Amino acid sequence: MAMIEIRDVSKWYGTFQVLAECTSQVEKGEVVVICGPSGSGKSTLIKCVNGLEPFQKGEILVNGIGVGAPGTNLPKLRSNVGMVFQHFELFPHMKVIENLTVGQIKVLGRSRDEALRKAHALLERVGLKDFEQKNPGELSGGQQQRVAIGRALAMDPICMLFDEPTSALDPEMIGEVLAVMQDLAREGMTMMVVTHEMGFARNVAHRVIFMDEGRIVEDATTEDFFGTPRSDRAQLFLSRILRH
Amino acid sequence: MLGQLDLSVLKPSLPFLWTGLKFSANLTLIAMSGGIAIGTLLAMARLGKSRPLTAVASAYVNLMRSIPLLMVILWFFLVIPLIIGKPIGAEYSALITFTAFEAAYYSEIMRAGIQSVAKGQVMAGYALGMTYWQTMALVVLPQAFRNMIPVLLTQTIILFQDTSLVYAIGAKDLLKAADIAGKNYNRPVEMYLFSAVIYFALCYTLSSIVKRLQIKLAVVR
Repeated sequence: MAMIEIRDVSKWYGTFQVLAECTSQVEKGEVVVICGPSGSGKSTLIKCVNGLEPFQKGEILVNGIGVGAPGTNLPKLRSNVGMVFQHFELFPHMKVIENLTVGQIKVLGRSRDEALRKAHALLERVGLKDFEQKNPGELSGGQQQRVAIGRALAMDPICMLFDEPTSALDPEMIGEVLAVMQDLAREGMTMMVVTHEMGFARNVAHRVIFMDEGRIVEDATTEDFFGTPRSDRAQLFLSRILRH
Repeated sequence: MLGQLDLSVLKPSLPFLWTGLKFSANLTLIAMSGGIAIGTLLAMARLGKSRPLTAVASAYVNLMRSIPLLMVILWFFLVIPLIIGKPIGAEYSALITFTAFEAAYYSEIMRAGIQSVAKGQVMAGYALGMTYWQTMALVVLPQAFRNMIPVLLTQTIILFQDTSLVYAIGAKDLLKAADIAGKNYNRPVEMYLFSAVIYFALCYTLSSIVKRLQIKLAVVR
């Protein structure tokens, strides 16, 4: 059974269709990059996976549990699925360390001690152990995003969703965030990553999904995607963003 | 004319005025706490997904904001005893009225506060597995509250001034105490003047604090 199973998902904003019959799956331990021009529906699709965006047709299963199904305990499902946002979304009224413990304590019911131990270990891992008493606002964008990854990992997720994690970063900070993600991938984390970082896709992803106008146009192994056989639309996209 | 003022009457009436001021302050603090609590729930109801709840909350807020406070004070004073079947006294009536009335104004402030919190923050709360109530309590409301502290305090200063209206139903606040003392000593001008000085000193001090707080909060953000 795939970790994430997306079947025939369609979504409309009013009469405007943002997702059209999207079907794909992410196996356990697989890293899948979703790319495509802006407005192609990639962020919307990834937000459907943990139910942050509702969809009107089709179904999405995470570890066998239906995201849109009526009886599903969405908060519980989400607590198992880590998510990293384009604009970090750290809680600005909490210290860095509290950002990493609040979910563990309030959602998972862990003791404060246990949550702190986990948080310390994760901050060390993302290279920010001296920053635990800082406010998020005092950190650079790259540091904030690494804290955000730590916050998601603190919940011991079974898979991770990244929604353009480096798009809001200054160029010199992109590397430090990608490095953390690359480590994660190497350790076997199941990851779905919306990104324009083609270098990351080429080096880390097992598969690449290319979207355009709400459709999955291309769903191929990384080798095939960056090789020759692919749709005209994807070719055009690649030629444009790989040129520089 | 000022030479004719007899300020010697102030000293003996101080304890009495102090009792009145204490009631005014209590009324303000209770109506503020209750008003902010109920106002926050009203704001959440207005911004929530349940249409009936939104409609009820909107109707309540708009009704309260469209009626003069003095009328509400008088109406509650007359109607509450009819509902519960016994008189509750002007002081309790004033507490209930002000809490209910101010809740409408505080709810508008909290509504703006909740809307001032970025939508991504709500998503981040949900993404961690928080429920609606957890996301509100842990993520949205602390930020909304912080953003709105200056406005909430300004509203409280207005509330403090408005408490003088309970004079109309005979609750013994600062103004009523000054009124009674003025009649006792036959020196109403001195007493009204003195109570005005107290209102001014308190409100001016508070609004200076708010101004300083505003600058401080703006810098932190």
